[in-house]
Amino acid sequence: MIKTVLGRELPAYIEGYGEVKPFQGAVSNERIKTRKAVKLTSVIPRDQKVLASLDQALDKLNIIDGMTISFHHHLRNGDHVLNMVLEALAKRGIKNLTVAASSIFPIHAPLVEHIKNEVVTGIVANYMSGPVPEAISRGELKKPALMQTHGGRPRAIESGDLHIDVAFIAAPTADTYGNINGVEGKSACGALGYAVSDAEYADKTVVITDNLVPYPACPIEISQVFIDYVVQVESIGDPRGIVSGTTKITKDPVALLIARMAAQVIQASGLIKDGMSFQTGAGGTSLAVAAELKDIMKREGVIGSFAAGGITGYLVEMLEEGLFRALFDVQCFDLEAIKSYRNNKQHQFMSASMYGNPHTKGAVVNNLDIMILGATEIDIAFNVNVTTGSDGVIMGGSGGHSDTAAGAKLSIVVTNLMKARLPIIKDKVTTITTPGESIDVVVTERGIAVNPRRVDLIEKLRKTELPLLTIEELKLKAEKITGVPKAIKTSDKIVAVVEYRDGSVIDVVRMVD
Amino acid sequence: MFLIIVEKSNEVIYIKITKIAKAGTLESNDILIMVMPNDSGNIELELESIVMQQFGDVIEQVILHKVKEMGIEGITIKAQDKGALDYTIGARVETAIKRAI
Repeated sequence: MIKTVLGRELPAYIEGYGEVKPFQGAVSNERIKTRKAVKLTSVIPRDQKVLASLDQALDKLNIIDGMTISFHHHLRNGDHVLNMVLEALAKRGIKNLTVAASSIFPIHAPLVEHIKNEVVTGIVANYMSGPVPEAISRGELKKPALMQTHGGRPRAIESGDLHIDVAFIAAPTADTYGNINGVEGKSACGALGYAVSDAEYADKTVVITDNLVPYPACPIEISQVFIDYVVQVESIGDPRGIVSGTTKITKDPVALLIARMAAQVIQASGLIKDGMSFQTGAGGTSLAVAAELKDIMKREGVIGSFAAGGITGYLVEMLEEGLFRALFDVQCFDLEAIKSYRNNKQHQFMSASMYGNPHTKGAVVNNLDIMILGATEIDIAFNVNVTTGSDGVIMGGSGGHSDTAAGAKLSIVVTNLMKARLPIIKDKVTTITTPGESIDVVVTERGIAVNPRRVDLIEKLRKTELPLLTIEELKLKAEKITGVPKAIKTSDKIVAVVEYRDGSVIDVVRMVD
Repeated sequence: MFLIIVEKSNEVIYIKITKIAKAGTLESNDILIMVMPNDSGNIELELESIVMQQFGDVIEQVILHKVKEMGIEGITIKAQDKGALDYTIGARVETAIKRAI
């Protein structure tokens, strides 16, 4: 066994994963990195890229047992493409595939059957919810799943750690030569940031679209130079699952209280000033923090540089009101965001690599001042779990959590102190997703705890009326109300490997009973 | 879900419930309690909880303690817990029983 810098014991070698590089800290001093060379098939004049059907594409692609195929998650819980491709490959009798999907959602339930039949024996994802991670947690997948981050995935693809044989790229609009965008068509989803590295580094890249237009499709988000084939299908996704109509701020009084306190923490930190930058998730409490921040910015006449991330209508409103000079958008969460991304040049596209890849000449997360994060669990060393539930079952993943936490000057976790009787603060989190060194403050409805590393921030917050506690005090406060939960039982079998953004292993997930 | 049967003892005077009654909801942080009379004279508990692994034992104790404290016998309790705290559980059980007497 070997140990990470956070004290987690890991095997030196994991069957189905390989040698383990244990996590040694959020920032490494070893800064020289290599991008891999790509073996590509060049397209010559008068080659045709449009094929008649998915089957014709599969005939040409020569997919064999053991290959890695990739997908992006911009169609979220409305995606038809992953299921469509896997069904076709299963019919062809292909086995032992690794599915590298940037995220997996409940709509991908048919994957469970492919896992049982060993059509799929490996999964790589940054986030998973629904029946697939439940099956993985029960130990049904042959190899351990690999959980990455939104920045770690492009790092792995570009370095060659994650080799993709064939990338299947769902495209709301594509032209006959493979230029694609996400802003037009019946399945419009907006920015296609998570598909970029796949297109650039896969051996073969196939575009699957339900809106084939004459050449050229403008705007071009991913260019023809990376695309081998184009296939038109009836439907790539269900718009109801792709975007929500509007994103609403929570009305829950507890969440609003947490948001207000978080905004006061930000204000006390001194970061609210011209040029400030900000990111938040699309969750109810996170959006409520944005609303509080908006009020403060307006009151004080502050103009920020940018807001980033998955973009919601709420951030679009802030851009249009002149509170930020630009938005960095890797993925659009709602129709308002798509519209703005299509029409406003200050609403800037970013690839997942530009967003969070630690091994580039600087990702956008490095320029973040303030990051608002969620947590399923947090421990007294400020390590955060967003990968597993308190029952040990996989129900999420980092997404951009550890990327943004590492980059931002001020990373704030907003959470209820307890959720359905479960205290959120524990001695040790079930799974470490984001290391405590990246987390500065935890804001709950019953008190605020600051990471002891942030002496500067503690001093600033002492001058306010905010209820400052140590994280241990906060933990006891919750346990007095809920009782101390009994530890869950897990077996020794490793069902998932959790990679930090740099490719080191920060934790593993074990099978639940 | 699990089922517990507590056999009646003869040392205390017990009260019987006469009808089926409910208290609580299936909202988060609440518990839905349904009580009904049974002929065995025992306390029978069927418990389902989203925090069964972490708090199943505690929830069971709180429910049984409340039933005994109220001196009830011959009762079947179906409890669907959504993460209720102990005082909520106690109050829901007490209300359901009072509605059933």
